[in-house]
Amino acid sequence: MSNNNLQLDENGKLKHFLAIEGLNRAILTDILDTAESFTSVTERTVKKVPILRGKTVANIFFEPSTRTRSTFELAALRLSADTLNLNLNTSATSKGESLLDTIRNIEAMQIDMFVIRHQDSGSAHFFAQHVQPGVSVLNAGDGQHEHPTQAMLDMFTIRHFKKDFAQLRVAIVGDVTHSRVARSQIHALNILGADEVRVIAPKTLLPIGIESLGVHLYDNLEQGLKDVDVVIMLRLQKERMRGALLPSEKEYFNLFGLTQERLNCANPDAIVMHPGPANRGVEIESSVMDGPQSVILQQVTFGIAVRMAVMSMTVGR
Amino acid sequence: MSIHIKNGLVIDPINLNQTQTDIYVDRNLIVGIGTPPDDFKADQTIDASSQWVIPGLVDCQARLREPGEVHKGTIESETLAAIANGITSLCIPPDTQPVIDNTAVVELIQHSNSKAGNRCHIYTIGALSQKLEGEHLTNMAGLKSSGCIAFSNANHSFSSNLVQRRAMEYAAGQQMLVIIQPRDADLYGNGCAHEGAVSTRLGLPSIPEAAETAALAKDIELVAQTGARTHFGQISCARSVDMIRQAKANGLPITADCTMHQLFLTDHDIGEFDTSKLTIPPLRSQLDRQALRNGLVDGTIDCVCSDHQPHEIDAKLCPFPSAEPGISGLDTLLPLALRLAEEGLMSLPEVIARLTVNPAKIMGIPAGTIAVGELADICIIDPDAHCYCLGRDFVSKGKNTPFEGWDFNGCVTTTIVAGDVVYNHDS
Repeated sequence: MSNNNLQLDENGKLKHFLAIEGLNRAILTDILDTAESFTSVTERTVKKVPILRGKTVANIFFEPSTRTRSTFELAALRLSADTLNLNLNTSATSKGESLLDTIRNIEAMQIDMFVIRHQDSGSAHFFAQHVQPGVSVLNAGDGQHEHPTQAMLDMFTIRHFKKDFAQLRVAIVGDVTHSRVARSQIHALNILGADEVRVIAPKTLLPIGIESLGVHLYDNLEQGLKDVDVVIMLRLQKERMRGALLPSEKEYFNLFGLTQERLNCANPDAIVMHPGPANRGVEIESSVMDGPQSVILQQVTFGIAVRMAVMSMTVGR
Repeated sequence: MSIHIKNGLVIDPINLNQTQTDIYVDRNLIVGIGTPPDDFKADQTIDASSQWVIPGLVDCQARLREPGEVHKGTIESETLAAIANGITSLCIPPDTQPVIDNTAVVELIQHSNSKAGNRCHIYTIGALSQKLEGEHLTNMAGLKSSGCIAFSNANHSFSSNLVQRRAMEYAAGQQMLVIIQPRDADLYGNGCAHEGAVSTRLGLPSIPEAAETAALAKDIELVAQTGARTHFGQISCARSVDMIRQAKANGLPITADCTMHQLFLTDHDIGEFDTSKLTIPPLRSQLDRQALRNGLVDGTIDCVCSDHQPHEIDAKLCPFPSAEPGISGLDTLLPLALRLAEEGLMSLPEVIARLTVNPAKIMGIPAGTIAVGELADICIIDPDAHCYCLGRDFVSKGKNTPFEGWDFNGCVTTTIVAGDVVYNHDS
């Protein structure tokens, strides 16, 4: 086990959780198994375990978020941690304070773990490089780089419904260029041994050299969905129309929107996932989103157990 | 003051040879090589046995940060760094604050240099447009008479191709060199890394090759149209090298440089968001690096600059996309040049030519050669000395180096500028 990885301690255990890239199958499987053990907690009437009692978790979000932030907060509360929630996109940084000073000041409040979302790729690494020893950093999304807990809850969902990764064909559809979720998913699926990972998108939404991450490229949705077991739809941000990446939402839906008819190209028992928030009628048709193959709401539920797992593995080492 | 430099291996970048010989300096000039002039009497003798003697280096692009950003560097601190590293002439681009778009700023810079002791020659490059805004031409004739050696719009775009054409035409009318960093601002966008597998993996906003090459194609056409003698600065792409090679073959009055760090580093060196590797133009691919090296060997790229950009520590102490681009390059320019020769890319005199006589000729400054009657700008190097690159030990105020921890062979022992020993390693 290499100790060059910023995320791992000298025993090869998770110290921070910054990126899927660089982790091995054993660690990812450990996260999934630990999350499995927490699902029973979240189903109990008393939904608390004392693993992080006396610890303080700071959720620092420089970008808006609903479900990631709430599920991180719930995960911390169910582990009996104290939480501090800071929405900083309008606060300290607009007063000219440097990011490093922000870290130092919050750290001075005796924080044990940072959960951070920031618009700059690499910001979670930056945090991890500058926190005191013993403080953990969890990446809740850094720029267009990675969103590792989202990917792990997606892996959890896939394993829950499909049991094994070995025979799986997975298609990721949509704006890969701007998606930190897609990058983390691609790494996770390849590490866990999925048979084939496909990305399906118009050329303007596929970054140069994405094949080097181990994916097959498709620019046609029907062809890309053929014989697929898992379909992951990505959110299409409205800003993309302004950047001349796409002509219109209508044309995007006509070419890449997931309809029941297109979903029928995939295997009959294929599941449909979406990291949310979804744009109904843009990347996905309502009837598919609410249909029998959709596991989108289960993803959210599993998100709590997966985040509990990562928190307990890092701080509770 | 007269100096006798005894028994050094003198590197001649014009005739591309090296000879064990003596050099005699009187006042500011070289007055003899091999044999002293009649009745020469040395006030000082420097024993250069087992050392190399080269012309002082000419850095055709270095930012000293003064005026405007003296928390990053000053004329005093950066000229000290230059002479400690064998650099005796610095050409500074016009994007100081205020911009070098009027004679007062030129005078201010020369005044500061003289206050700092005139240890190093500073040559100012004037702005092509007022405030570099790309709208109105500067008073180029006035700037020329105050000492500007060339005109450039630095990293700033013109408001239109028409203004760029007029600026180039007007500069040509003044018989002045135009310096262009080919750059399409729209294609650059908010990018901070070369568009390729690395930027894709790290999710970094990317800068495509075309951000340089599309602009370069247009710029070359404007050279053909206007006849303006043009130097392309800080070329970073393989395709740019091809285009410049072709344009030169077509007889256009074009020269080019690349930065020293582009000859050694690629986008893979960014590793996990190492902000010391954030540069503009970005570190490109291995193929680009190879093409730059080939271009340097075959003469398509005429010279190499440091593109020195000292920063205060906080400028790089933030996530990669928010960090300020640029490296502190004065302290590593010569060691890396020597390494090019060590690696066998070119002979030592050929490498030195690309840092002395070539840039001096292009910029039209009296420097870069060791010959009788020339200005005595000389650097003496101990080739057997080793140094370990540590940013914190840099003479420059900027400690931002991407070469932290590299081992270098060769160390400057003495630097002479206009006949004065301005730097001595032992003292």
